[in-house]
Amino acid sequence: MSRTLRLFTFAAPSRFYQLTGWLLPWLWIATLGLSAAGLYMGFFVAPTDAVQGNSYRIIFIHVPTAWISMVLYMAMAFWAAIGWAFHTRLASMLARAIAPTGALFTFLALWTGSFWGKPTWGTWWVWDARLTSYFILLLLYLGYMALVSAIDDVKRADRAGALLAIVGAVNVPIIYFSVKWWNTLHQGMSVGSGGPKMAPPMLAAMLLMTFACWAYAFAVVFMRTRAIVLERERETEWVGELAGRAPALPGA
Amino acid sequence: MNWGSASEFFAMGGYGLYVWGSYAVCAAVMIVEPLRAAQRHRQARAHAALPLDEEN
Repeated sequence: MSRTLRLFTFAAPSRFYQLTGWLLPWLWIATLGLSAAGLYMGFFVAPTDAVQGNSYRIIFIHVPTAWISMVLYMAMAFWAAIGWAFHTRLASMLARAIAPTGALFTFLALWTGSFWGKPTWGTWWVWDARLTSYFILLLLYLGYMALVSAIDDVKRADRAGALLAIVGAVNVPIIYFSVKWWNTLHQGMSVGSGGPKMAPPMLAAMLLMTFACWAYAFAVVFMRTRAIVLERERETEWVGELAGRAPALPGA
Repeated sequence: MNWGSASEFFAMGGYGLYVWGSYAVCAAVMIVEPLRAAQRHRQARAHAALPLDEEN
């Protein structure tokens, strides 16, 4: 019983607010440290690619943003579903806080992919299975954000958003396996496909940049969740104390 | 070390536009997004400091 209680205390927005307030500086330090190490590995240690020359160095930001945008979508759908099923306030707030960051990561993966595609394939864009399904991911994020902001009633907006997020989750495995299922211009998986292995410094740079992007994503999502917590819990006593709320005017 | 000089580094073997065009936009987004989130947090906190009985 006490174990369960302890587990759920972190689900209280006030505890979450306190905990993330302590975590945030460390997450930003990790973001800066890991990206400095990753960029150093990626630009100064990893050798020039024999086939693609130096254009391949876009991989160190393209692959991490693409990976994370897909995991963030699943996280958004997961928390939206939890918030819908169990009426946990914090879960719905997390889902909403993840959406803009997920959308930005999706945009960055599209942008960097385009800047990599031009010198490599000779075109900025092509409607192949990978790029099309990935573009739909951006539309799903934007659709979710538009939907929840269009409905005034917060709880109804959360429920509608959850439905959209859950249905849209079907798209994530389609993106992931598109390079296997269809004949795409986009290359196959760089890691874990059993194909030719990346050179160790290239892989190290990509992993460091992935961890850096993760630290960034956690930090910025936590920042946004903390803002949403204050917005939604404004009338509670603990937010009043935190913000130093002026007492109610007598006779008002 | 891959680069003989700073200009070689910025040229990226002729792919400078593509490589720096990618990284610059990522850097810009990752600077602006946390600033916007921090601004939203400050506004929420300032709003929470107002008395509840007024129409806010």
